[in-house]
Amino acid sequence: MSKQLLLGDEAIAQAAIDAGLSGVYAYPGTPSTEITEYIQASAEAKERNIHSRWCTNEKTAMEAALGMSFVGKRALVCMKHVGMNVCADAFVNAGMTGVNGGLVVLAADDPSMHSSQNEQDSRFYGKFAMIPIFEPSSQQEAYDMMYDAFEFSERMGEPVLLRVVTRLAHSRAGVVRKAMKPQNEISFPKDPKQFILLPANARVRNRNLIEAQKTFIAESASSTYNKFAEGSDKSLGVIACGIGYNYLMENFREGIPYPVLKISQYPLPVDQIRAMAAACDALLVIEDGQPFVEEQLTGLLEPSVKIKGRLDGTLPRDGELTPDNVGLAFGFKSKSTFTIPSVVQMRPPALCQGCSHRDVYEALNEVVREYADYKVFSDIGCYTLGAMAPFRAIHSCVDMGASITMAKGAADGGLFPSVAVIGDSTFTHSGMTGLLDCINEKSNVLIIISDNETTAMTGGQDSAGTGKIESICLGLGVEPEHLRVIIPLKKNYEEMKSMIREEINYNGVSVIVPRRECIQTAAKHKKQAAKQ
Amino acid sequence: MKIDIILCGVGGQGILSIASVIAEAALKNGLYMKQAEVHGMSQRGGDVQSNLRISDKPIYSDLIPKGEADVVISLEPMEALRYLPYLSKEGTIVTNSATFENIPDYPQKEEILSQIEKMPSKVIFDVDQVAKEVASARAANIVLLGASIPFLGGISYDMVQQGIRDIFGRKGEAVVEMNLKALAAGKAVADGMK
Repeated sequence: MSKQLLLGDEAIAQAAIDAGLSGVYAYPGTPSTEITEYIQASAEAKERNIHSRWCTNEKTAMEAALGMSFVGKRALVCMKHVGMNVCADAFVNAGMTGVNGGLVVLAADDPSMHSSQNEQDSRFYGKFAMIPIFEPSSQQEAYDMMYDAFEFSERMGEPVLLRVVTRLAHSRAGVVRKAMKPQNEISFPKDPKQFILLPANARVRNRNLIEAQKTFIAESASSTYNKFAEGSDKSLGVIACGIGYNYLMENFREGIPYPVLKISQYPLPVDQIRAMAAACDALLVIEDGQPFVEEQLTGLLEPSVKIKGRLDGTLPRDGELTPDNVGLAFGFKSKSTFTIPSVVQMRPPALCQGCSHRDVYEALNEVVREYADYKVFSDIGCYTLGAMAPFRAIHSCVDMGASITMAKGAADGGLFPSVAVIGDSTFTHSGMTGLLDCINEKSNVLIIISDNETTAMTGGQDSAGTGKIESICLGLGVEPEHLRVIIPLKKNYEEMKSMIREEINYNGVSVIVPRRECIQTAAKHKKQAAKQ
Repeated sequence: MKIDIILCGVGGQGILSIASVIAEAALKNGLYMKQAEVHGMSQRGGDVQSNLRISDKPIYSDLIPKGEADVVISLEPMEALRYLPYLSKEGTIVTNSATFENIPDYPQKEEILSQIEKMPSKVIFDVDQVAKEVASARAANIVLLGASIPFLGGISYDMVQQGIRDIFGRKGEAVVEMNLKALAAGKAVADGMK
């Protein structure tokens, strides 16, 4: 087949479809979102009746995918790296149950935090769950790995983790497709106890999983993705993981004198690494993200082996790899001629002009500033940009749903007024349970669910709670007279301000829902309507 | 043949459309290409950039090393300056002179333009103005692409025209024609400056 121009994310999506996928389960998160969107838009996926609707959060996604694997079908779960925290319970225990149909968990890491709150490395999760990990170095390799991963998962009897980083997920390259495989028929696990993790069964599963590590290592050692290339200069041996390999080769376009071991499949092929360590004076580990391999090597190799990488400062301890910092690790000087003139200013992202969150923050700011010790706990979404000028309206942004529960904890600790600002999609993702805690204790909090009827930051995906926010709040036990809805527009400012003031002064749980569609999706919808 | 291009501007200005037209043209002609772009939070009115690499040999890095970009193509003059460390010594800046001022401390326009004037190789003009005159304000990105053609190495005018037909074809003949007109206008400006 001819080459197609695909984002790394799209290559993975297409490969999953081609490999007999029956369902993708995901919550949007940069840089993973485009995988599910590609499958949603794919005619082939539609024809094959592939499930692709967004899930409420990464945990529900992971569990649904495990359920699909239980009945013998091939399932893919996609998320950004912090989503791994949300689904960790299900993920780690999926390692314990193992799979029936092939199960691939895709984690898209974001070194340098282009659009994230940390740069945690998902490979640690893979190791924690004791399952095989794949880490592609190119879009074609991402396609090939995903294409083979379901069968590998079925052969190993375990889920596999496919780890990519922003620069692979969001970079386009020519990709060659392979022939489409059939989807699996329904089938049930041969061992009826496999998925029942009672302690007695779980101990057996745990021992099996420990035993399987040998097989996984042998698979890594013989994997075509882990490539050793001999070099004449043994003063250094280079271990290059995932896209770290690209930056290495970019710096040695005319050929590299050192032996190189490219790692794209884990657990680490221990014997190959030991052999390399024995033959070379020192090892350099090039890996994007945290020093996952480098730390393991200190335990696997003799203490006399000199290991260079992110821990000894040969490479920066944080931030993504670049061809430049990898070049510096070899002592190559930057070819830069020009510098950035001092006149250039930062241009941070901002809330769109006309965005409903702007009106919410303007009204909120005016009211809370009437109080001496107010704090506003916010959350993950476009409205996090309320931290920037001119609003400077929020005091926290930690993890999905934390606004409500942090406001509760602060109120428990004596703060007044304690306000939470959360978006509709984040509320259904992880805010609802915290709201129930507030209601059960009649916490003195004001919760603003700034509802723009979409998951806006990631590009306007469907929001699980659209049309249901009030009934969810009432169902959880919010008092009807303290659940108030308003359209956040200039003309409603005075009404919105007095509503906020009244609900701050109510000693108990209040929820205000300012609701106005995201201007980006509204424009999209208008365009679509004009076409019809 | 190898060409490294940095495309930049402000979120929403349409740099990714320029990237996809060039990339389509490159791929159709059997060249290798990689194009890294930014999505997510950075798109909300912040600075955005895309690294586009084209070669007749396989390309390793998705990112262009510093000092190796052959051309910086920018829809906004201050943004052009932000990527100067990536521009090679012989490289060219092709930029819009019309500013996009969405930050409170945006510098004096004259200061920015005088910095661009200092560069050894540049093409600078009011892209928005040309786009409005010949096609539509929305085609500013394609006007800029037209002005960049003399600096795209092995990517010819014909190849880019075909890229426009491929990318905009599904939007109808009128959209294709408007963009081809914008492309020609941009190219004429650059040719006139030689």
